[in-house]
Amino acid sequence: MIKRPFLILSFVTALLLVLAAGQIAPNKAAYGATEAATTSAMSATFAATDAPTPVATEAAVDGQKPVLNVYNWTTYIAEDTVSNFEKLYNVKVQYDTYGSNEELFAKLQAGNPGYDVVVPGDFNVQRMIKAGLLEDLDLKNLPNFTKNAGARFKNPDYDPDNKHCVAYQWGTMGIAYNIKKVGHEITGWSDVWTPGHPMSLFNSNREMMAGLLIALGKDPNTTNRADLDAVKDYVLKHKDLITSFHDDDGQTKLARGEVDIVWEWSGDIFQVMADNPDIRYVIPSEGTMSFTDNLCIPKGAKNKALAEKFINYIYDAKVGASISNFIGYGSPNQAAIDQGLINIDALTNPLIYPPAELVKKLHGILDIGDAQTMYDEVFADIKAGVGQ
Amino acid sequence: MTEMALPDDAPKVISYDKRKLNNDMSIRRVGKVGLAITPWIGYLFLWLPIAILILFSFNVSRTNAQWQGFTLKWYEGIFAGQFGSEARFNTLNLLASLQRSILVGVLSTILSTVLGTSVSIGLERYKVRFNRVIELLLYLPVVIPEITMGLSLLLFFSFSFSIIRQISGGAILPGLSLVTVIIGHVVFSMPFVAIVVRARLAGMPRSYEEAARDLGANEWQTFYRVTLPLLMPGIVAGALLAFTLSLDDYVVTSFTAGPGSTTLPLFVYGLIKFQVTPDINAISTLIVIASMGLVLFSVLLQRRRA
Repeated sequence: MIKRPFLILSFVTALLLVLAAGQIAPNKAAYGATEAATTSAMSATFAATDAPTPVATEAAVDGQKPVLNVYNWTTYIAEDTVSNFEKLYNVKVQYDTYGSNEELFAKLQAGNPGYDVVVPGDFNVQRMIKAGLLEDLDLKNLPNFTKNAGARFKNPDYDPDNKHCVAYQWGTMGIAYNIKKVGHEITGWSDVWTPGHPMSLFNSNREMMAGLLIALGKDPNTTNRADLDAVKDYVLKHKDLITSFHDDDGQTKLARGEVDIVWEWSGDIFQVMADNPDIRYVIPSEGTMSFTDNLCIPKGAKNKALAEKFINYIYDAKVGASISNFIGYGSPNQAAIDQGLINIDALTNPLIYPPAELVKKLHGILDIGDAQTMYDEVFADIKAGVGQ
Repeated sequence: MTEMALPDDAPKVISYDKRKLNNDMSIRRVGKVGLAITPWIGYLFLWLPIAILILFSFNVSRTNAQWQGFTLKWYEGIFAGQFGSEARFNTLNLLASLQRSILVGVLSTILSTVLGTSVSIGLERYKVRFNRVIELLLYLPVVIPEITMGLSLLLFFSFSFSIIRQISGGAILPGLSLVTVIIGHVVFSMPFVAIVVRARLAGMPRSYEEAARDLGANEWQTFYRVTLPLLMPGIVAGALLAFTLSLDDYVVTSFTAGPGSTTLPLFVYGLIKFQVTPDINAISTLIVIASMGLVLFSVLLQRRRA
């Protein structure tokens, strides 16, 4: 009778031992070749271009490495970005992940539990600035940003003078379709509505409304009710062709053939395009909305100096290029583009780096304050009218 | 056989009854077939999604949308860090989150099992003041929505942290971490352990313990030699329940997590921005296999004892 608890206890102990071993092993691998080896190896690796000079080892706190807490989306960074930074500055980076801008906002509003770098989207930045959740950036500590960032990413609408953040990655929303099924190329919204080819709209108010407002030649951040009603009339006119509203999985619906046309984020579509040559993505000729994710330091960060070093490191041309090459979004790092460090396939892809005349037609979403209620009403009407 | 049981001397009634009987029999046949099929439909609902998840862990494509061909590369990716070759950063993150999930699961299970068991013994075996009130309060976390509990835990933690900060004059700066996640998990899983153990305890006559005391065992010996072994099936069941609840919890974890405490559910949810890659399917497949192994292990253990 008494044997059983001991069996279980020994099993649990064994499990814990395995765990502990596992916890130590990757760390060993990551830090095995540190110190002397790193400095020489890293300077060799980075010597080619304007490398961030390997600064003398950060002052170790109580014999431990300083820790930088990065809070970002899952898989939203290149494979070697973090490990190279760790070696370069002899620090440890703790990389945690969240699933939505709302989650990030809520976590910081309850009191920053210790994150040093966060990556909010553009209109989340506005909300966070209003709520006083972001530290000021000292651009003097970000020479790589001043030197390498594209002109379009300096002094953005949502954060004048880059007081609180700098751009990390950017992309667009657009129309994705299966050319075999649709049978003709789509260049703008007028080509979308062909009988027999169902479309799925994006089930997120601002992203979908912005696309449609631009399609009708209106301001995507309008607070004019008449503009929103025009969008409603436009959608309801085509309601027979709209078969669903998808959450962020339009690419999957398109790949499975549930619909022929979807409104989706560029990066999502590029992933299914790799498997299916019939899938196309187009930025409508009317223009579209673009998004920019940003690097910011939240209030209460324990390691602001190191956080600025990290942001500056990411703006190194090589590092910036490797991140964009991995994720497949656009890089705000003009130096990386000019030096040809971005994959040529991406660079010549007008869907990632649109031609100048189309760039002019890209609009960001801004925080519209109380007018949000009006958007919610109209969007609910649209969904009800379509029959979803 | 039912027809044979009918009396011979009532022909008219028989013909009427025959029709009715045939009718009854066909209904019964439909029912029989229906009953035989229903569990299979149930099993299909239970297992088909998992079967698809396992199938797509061998898919060449990065997306879970279409079958593109067979590969083992996702499994190779997972084990790359363990055996020599360089592991990918994101795979390392995935594995680290899995380790954290198991760590949180094991620790919170141990804590909530010990606490839950002692609470149920205390409530059942000893006269405590306001017994009923304590009982009701204990079961509260079972019925209140998880989101409410997550939020109240977050508020509680930020409140107590600010007090600690003020008392220590800024010398101690506590924050959300893996510790708060474990505390949160203990809070919601302890009542489940208590309920299961209490059910076992209620069905266990006091006479065993009284007999042990009569034979000269002291309270500790009675507990260790008699009560605990008899309770063990309930305790193990409660612990397994607590571990399962902890392993897949998203809501409470997301409220109580700080730096360095991204668990597997948080990691997977964070993938929504891009794509749930087959790495996740591969890891999930391994988890399914491991938990089936655990179930098999416990069944074997019980069979050997019986």
